[in-house]
Amino acid sequence: MRTKRWLAFGLLAVTLLLLSCSKDLPQNTMNPAGPTAQTEKNLLVLVLWPAALVFLIVEGGILLISIRYRHRKGRDRMPAQLHGHTRLEIGWTIAPAIVLAVIMVPTVSTIWQLARQPADAMQITVEGYQWWWGFSYTDPDMQTAYGDHGPIMTADVMVIPAGRTIDLSLTSLGGGAHSTNGIPDHQVIHSFWAPRLFGKQDVIPGDQTNHIVFSADEPGTYYGQCAEFCGLQHGRMKFRIVALDAAGWQHWVEAQRQPAATPTEQLAKQGMDLFFGTNGEGGQCIQCHSIGGTDAAATAAPNLTHFASETHQCFAGCDFETTDEAALKAWLADPNAVKLGAKMPDYGLTPDQIDALVAYLYSLK
Amino acid sequence: MATAASVPAHRGIIRRPTATTGWLSWFTTIDHKKIGILYGVSAFAFFLVGGAEALLIRAQLAKPDNTLLNADQYNQIFTMHGLTMIFLFVMPMSAAFFNYFIPLMIGARDVAFPRLNAFSYWLFLFGGLFLYSSWFLGGAPNGGWFGYPPNSTTDPSIGMTFYAIGLILTGIASSAGAINLAVTVINMRAPGMTFFRMPVFVWMGLVVQFLLAFSLPIVTVALFEMLFDRRWQTNFFEPAAGGKPLLWQNLFWLFAHPEVYILILPAFGIISEILPVFSRKPLFGYQFVVFSGIAIGFIGFGVWAHHMFAVGLGPVANTAFGITTAIIAVPTGIKIFNWMGTMYGGDLHFDTPMLMAVGAVSMFVIGGLSGVTHAVVPSDYQQTDTYYVVAHFHYVLFGGAVFGLFGGIYYWWPKVFARMLNEFWGKVQFWIMLIGFNLTFGPMHILGLGGMIRREYTYPASLGLTFWNQVATVGAFLIALSVLIFIVNAIVTQLRKPGLENEDPWDARTLEWTTSSPPPVYNFEEIPVVHALDEFWHRKYAEDKEGRLIRVPAGASDDAPDTHREHAIHLPSPSFWPLVAALGLPVIGYGVLYSWWLVGAGALLAIVGFIGWAMEPPVAD
Amino acid sequence: MADTTTHAAPAEHTSTGLPSTKLAMWIFLASECLLFGALITTYVLYRGSSTTPPYQHEVFDIAYTSVSSFVLLASSLTMVLSLVAAEKRDFARMRLWLVATALLGMTFVGGQVYEFTSFYHEGLKIGGPGSNLFGTTFYTLTGFHGVHVTVGILMLLSLVGMSWAGRLPDDQAFPVEMVGLYWHFVDIVWIVIFTVVYLIPQPKPPGT
Repeated sequence: MRTKRWLAFGLLAVTLLLLSCSKDLPQNTMNPAGPTAQTEKNLLVLVLWPAALVFLIVEGGILLISIRYRHRKGRDRMPAQLHGHTRLEIGWTIAPAIVLAVIMVPTVSTIWQLARQPADAMQITVEGYQWWWGFSYTDPDMQTAYGDHGPIMTADVMVIPAGRTIDLSLTSLGGGAHSTNGIPDHQVIHSFWAPRLFGKQDVIPGDQTNHIVFSADEPGTYYGQCAEFCGLQHGRMKFRIVALDAAGWQHWVEAQRQPAATPTEQLAKQGMDLFFGTNGEGGQCIQCHSIGGTDAAATAAPNLTHFASETHQCFAGCDFETTDEAALKAWLADPNAVKLGAKMPDYGLTPDQIDALVAYLYSLK
Repeated sequence: MATAASVPAHRGIIRRPTATTGWLSWFTTIDHKKIGILYGVSAFAFFLVGGAEALLIRAQLAKPDNTLLNADQYNQIFTMHGLTMIFLFVMPMSAAFFNYFIPLMIGARDVAFPRLNAFSYWLFLFGGLFLYSSWFLGGAPNGGWFGYPPNSTTDPSIGMTFYAIGLILTGIASSAGAINLAVTVINMRAPGMTFFRMPVFVWMGLVVQFLLAFSLPIVTVALFEMLFDRRWQTNFFEPAAGGKPLLWQNLFWLFAHPEVYILILPAFGIISEILPVFSRKPLFGYQFVVFSGIAIGFIGFGVWAHHMFAVGLGPVANTAFGITTAIIAVPTGIKIFNWMGTMYGGDLHFDTPMLMAVGAVSMFVIGGLSGVTHAVVPSDYQQTDTYYVVAHFHYVLFGGAVFGLFGGIYYWWPKVFARMLNEFWGKVQFWIMLIGFNLTFGPMHILGLGGMIRREYTYPASLGLTFWNQVATVGAFLIALSVLIFIVNAIVTQLRKPGLENEDPWDARTLEWTTSSPPPVYNFEEIPVVHALDEFWHRKYAEDKEGRLIRVPAGASDDAPDTHREHAIHLPSPSFWPLVAALGLPVIGYGVLYSWWLVGAGALLAIVGFIGWAMEPPVAD
Repeated sequence: MADTTTHAAPAEHTSTGLPSTKLAMWIFLASECLLFGALITTYVLYRGSSTTPPYQHEVFDIAYTSVSSFVLLASSLTMVLSLVAAEKRDFARMRLWLVATALLGMTFVGGQVYEFTSFYHEGLKIGGPGSNLFGTTFYTLTGFHGVHVTVGILMLLSLVGMSWAGRLPDDQAFPVEMVGLYWHFVDIVWIVIFTVVYLIPQPKPPGT
């Protein structure tokens, strides 16, 4: 009995200890980096105290009773045949009810607090696809300077100004207009979760739009992933939120408002021709991907306009680092081989074609 | 019911079997005890399969970016692990205990509808086999046990169609069983066995049957809607046509929340029987334990959306369900305190059944506490869909239900099989299982709060949670070792000759222990007349004027079986029609998947089965 | 060792005094309330949600369905008459009214088959291309009910057959009462469905 109690108690202590001070956990809910996650953590810690108390009383009680009243060899006694004690029953009905009622007060007020959508928050639409995230900046001052001045659109990485309140609108879209590898595109339920910044909300296809309101206290990179089972690659549908300081944010917005850079270097130019099919070769990319300032405006796949910008740290469901050239080449060679079920088909690209495309993609700063 | 004079002498369509021994008799049995054993053996076999699936999961997650299982295989395995453990292990194992012991505990000869009982068993087995046949017919279900559409309705693999049909089949089996056992408890109690003289195990059984009867129809509708969406492109959950995926979630959880009480209440009943026997004093607060069980049953229908706190129901709904979820913690707490009160001041004998029961209570408390943290809705936005939830439900389901069921296995083994499981190895199993269990699921609290989502087939090293994943994997294999120890114990035990030195090895309290081990097919020579709660105990012990117990002189009580009476005890004969009727239904299921001819064939088989059933005489000629 | 002789069981003694079969039937019907409750809830949730035609007001013929509803209601009357006859031990008359009940039930189901066929030809489908939520929910709800009626008809005809062949126990009124309970339940469910689905008007989509 003793072993059991120390085991359980030890686990609890280690849990709290490890979680509170670990800085190496990029998705640690107990190391919040913004007021939303902080509020949610505070509530949990608030509840953990009475929970720990109950744990000690109950488990400690069971342990003490087990030791105190265990049968000792040779001593056969028939214990008093107690049937109950009504006042005790009333007591241990009312006391937990009171504790729970007390817990529910801050719980309910926080539910309402977190549901508020401040009018001056920055609006960003989050789009869930199988299996990547797209972000669309819908505020009027976030329009692009080209074409029909649509919203700035990125994928995999959401860039935000540190300290500013953001209001996310969560939508679930299909994988796009078609799929050439036989796997149809579907709207499914996802969930958007960046633990250090906010608790998750589900992304429901159809006309329901859920909201998350949050801000990041400090500039930095915050990690997140889809948290509602959404099919084959649910486990690798990740994203990052990069919070920039004021100057960095200005700079980023300006760069994003510009159309895609036109490559000057030879290999990159070849890549661009392949991408758009200008010379009769290739051209499949623009069936799904968009490049700002060009005719490529499809939305079935991530927007690649600023693929190689500094903040765009990852690609393909934020599964690979953008700077990892080998990973990018492997992806282009056969997406399904590196990510089973990926909706991007294998176009049978030759290594030379891949090199050219990579050069083009890296030119899109 | 027919009287002897009024049933015309006739045959059924085919001669009704009579044999109650031999291997064939297991297929025609309608004896609740044999059916209980069938349930128990089948459930345990599925436990091993579900456990193997768990080991595969843990092996895959032992390392970051592991390639033991690919995404597709993993999704099928975790889905089948959940389905197997819930529908093919815990529920039928509970049914095994209910079937074997409810009639004995209430002083009845069998359940209300013995052939319906057999039908339920066979349909459960066929439903489970139907579900597992999917592995060989294109792929197992891969959408999680909860099967959220649109993912589950649009997944191109055939697995989720097997899911919908398979669960409809097992649901029908459970529904029939629920009506059967509810009527048995309400209508077939021995004279003097008022409701408040029933053992708590029987009470919990009664609540479970009503939970089943009222929750299964709701999920059955949901499953048909999913089946129709998948098979005939209806629009129930199709957003493009205006369908709402959340409709599934509401219907599903309206069933699945009561389902978790269906899963735990049988174990609570077993614990409520074991603790008094091994503490040698009555259950503390019997009425409160009973009423809290009933309360849990009712309130359990009012908390379902706490599984949906993050889907955007809005602050009003979240507030309401947060509050009801907090409320349901109260009756659960009452049980725990009463169990502690039972042990307090007792003479505690820590034989394996007692170890399992106390272990179950302690582990359930941990799961219950993490459950309370889920009720704190905004904190649940962080907890839900992470390993923190996996930790919670395994603490209540494995810690609570599985330990409780093992307690029942060790406790009642001598009654069913007339042999005692080895006590030393039982204790070894307990400790290894307890340690392994805590090593597996304890760290999952850390994994969840540390940022690991559920249902992911892999994770990167950069998540920083590799170590605790490894610990969990080690724990899982320890659990497997403990189960292996149990299996060896069981086999070695059964190889011995049957025969108990002491037919009341635990000095127990309830009526099943008044029979021989195993009980004769008719259970009781004479239906007992009940005068008190814990009737058997009161036949053995009387209270002196200080309230202390003294053993009643031998022969003064009427518990000694009277072997000289000649009675005509009327029992219905075995029958194979329930099996035939049950067989028709999965054939219909295959027909829905493949061919209308099969639907017809299955329907015909079922109808023939039911007509044969209706037409056969109550006893063989 | 007691002798387990194989002759039929004596008259049933139960703790509540209610026969077990009757108790079972009531619990079963209670669970069926939840089954139809979930189906009706689905229908009501999706009322007015169809994004494409045909819509309710375009296909329904309330007069026609009223007649078939009346037929089903009448079958409950014949069911009662059958039970009355059984209790008077006039088993020939009992069988007659059982057949009448079954025939009325078959008329109802036949009427529904005709109705659904004409809806189908007007473009109302349960699923697949060209289907809408109205078709999906309508056919599912009424289909489940129709299956229940059909099972009831099978039970009625089985009763008739078994009674005629002398295969029912002496108290023939009891199984008739049990099937009667089921039949009346199915009838009541229809009243709810008819009201909710046919009589309560759905909001018309704009432009129709």
